[in-house]
Amino acid sequence: MHESMSISLSVTPERAVNANRRREALTAYVFLAPWFLGLFIITVGPILASLYLSFTDYSLLEEGSWVGADNYVKMFTQDDRFLTSLKVTTVYVVVSVPLQLAFALLLALALDRGLRGLSFYRSIYYLPSLLGGSVAIAILWRKLFGVDGLFNAMLSVFGIEGPGWVSDPDTALGTLILLHVWTFGAPMVIFLAGLRQIPQSYYEAASVDGASRLRQFRSITLPLLTPIIFFNLVLEVIKSFQSFTQSFIVSGGNGGPVDSTLFYTLYLYLKGFKSYEMGYAAAMAWVLLLIIAGLTGVNFLASKYWVFYGDTK
Amino acid sequence: MATRSNAVPFLFRPMRGGRLLKHLMLAGFGLLMLYPLLWMISSSLKPEELIFREPGLLPSTVTLENYSEGWNALKHSFGYYLWNSAVITGLSVLANLVACSLAAYAFARLNFPLKKLWFAVMLGSIMLPHHVTVVPQYILFSNLDWINTIWPLVVPKFLATDAFFIFLMVQFIRTLPRELDEAAAIDGAGYWRVFLQVILPLCTPALATTGIFTFIWTWNDFFSQNLYLTNSDNLTVAVALRQFLDSSGESSWGPMFAMSIVSLGPIFGFFLAGQKYLIRGVATTGLK
Repeated sequence: MHESMSISLSVTPERAVNANRRREALTAYVFLAPWFLGLFIITVGPILASLYLSFTDYSLLEEGSWVGADNYVKMFTQDDRFLTSLKVTTVYVVVSVPLQLAFALLLALALDRGLRGLSFYRSIYYLPSLLGGSVAIAILWRKLFGVDGLFNAMLSVFGIEGPGWVSDPDTALGTLILLHVWTFGAPMVIFLAGLRQIPQSYYEAASVDGASRLRQFRSITLPLLTPIIFFNLVLEVIKSFQSFTQSFIVSGGNGGPVDSTLFYTLYLYLKGFKSYEMGYAAAMAWVLLLIIAGLTGVNFLASKYWVFYGDTK
Repeated sequence: MATRSNAVPFLFRPMRGGRLLKHLMLAGFGLLMLYPLLWMISSSLKPEELIFREPGLLPSTVTLENYSEGWNALKHSFGYYLWNSAVITGLSVLANLVACSLAAYAFARLNFPLKKLWFAVMLGSIMLPHHVTVVPQYILFSNLDWINTIWPLVVPKFLATDAFFIFLMVQFIRTLPRELDEAAAIDGAGYWRVFLQVILPLCTPALATTGIFTFIWTWNDFFSQNLYLTNSDNLTVAVALRQFLDSSGESSWGPMFAMSIVSLGPIFGFFLAGQKYLIRGVATTGLK
């Protein structure tokens, strides 16, 4: 390949090379044309528009006017529901993500290397990740943890009379956290892929040196897996910060009971599309962007350790 | 067992107890995870009054009544909503396959000014929360009179806004040997022919992953469909299910479970058919 290329280069006049390069660039931009259109019309334009809107009191019903930073100030000083939504979302993320990843890692370790029926188990554990975001599962969850739901029916076998888990403000968020943990299959698959990348010879060498399984885990597996744990962590934090459907369905669309499941995005939706305070919703969106941008910056540093370009299986 | 080169008889192999215990635990845990789903399936086959009296999985009486009742519970038959979802999902799959593969080929194989910058922008857009753009998008689409049409849901996909699939395909194309492109070029093939006849056929696994994930995500999507489809004649499965929940309140769980199962059917089908591509897609890019 290199030979043929160098030959063709050496016999091609410079002008022709330039023309070729221009043609290639032009073709590239043609291939990218739909993406560019989408980038500017659907993504960048709206981002800038929402930045502008966030400084107005625009609503779909009437023209807005410039209000400066009022929306942002109001959010953090007067809007208790906003602070509640921030708190609820933070608790949800901080509790559910580490739990979910712990399950993912534990099961990935249990499934690693030559276990019979590995792909069967992997499929079973992975299935909830595909279904977890659906309305159907949210409906199921609402019924599982309702006052006469399956969970209480099981508790009653042991003589315990459980509360209505989704209608009790103390436990409603817990059911959503459980739903998130239930979808540990996706990060588990990423962990499994990561475990495969660790050369078997490391473990063999460690065994020869008399290292115990626990020691091998601590000194080989865990350190080599840290970039992936990190990657999963940031990915899941970003994703769960934006959870919407589950809280919408389980709470019946209002984040109840007593705002105990009022996720950030649900409150944003209620502000923007129920009370049509679109300027305020845009400001909330920008605060969300800033939170997530911070986390994304970290993510890209991690991906350098994780993504291997040109890695043929 | 006999084919294994292990000379020790099965029963006396070391760790056998441990291995059996491990399988029991893994299977038990799997059953625990799937129990809610199995319970929903079994409940959908029970007469209404038995659903919450029997926590067990085997229904003592099997009936399809919930299915026929649920199918006709809303303004249109449930098949109508399935069709609406299928149209939006089908177009989204087509859109992502076309638009994302075009962009991916350019990023993976062609050289052009500012390539690094645009690639970084593309990666950045993957992580962009949808909610940041949704308010202006809604205003835009409502000015175009697109509310209650499928266009707000489908047109962005034709413009490659699902950038993670571009990333997925770029990753994949980078693993294909460049010699193939060059050989085709020497035979006189232009960029389009290389793309259509060399790259795309070799990309089948990445295209399958893209198609299956697009299908599942679009089918499950509630936020956008709920936002843009409000007319009772336009509802998709996801939005219809939610209306079902609202209109029937805490009663008629049987029909609701039945239609929930129906709504998960296509996802389950794609999961069974495309597991390999799903797992690979998750493993290489961190998709959900």
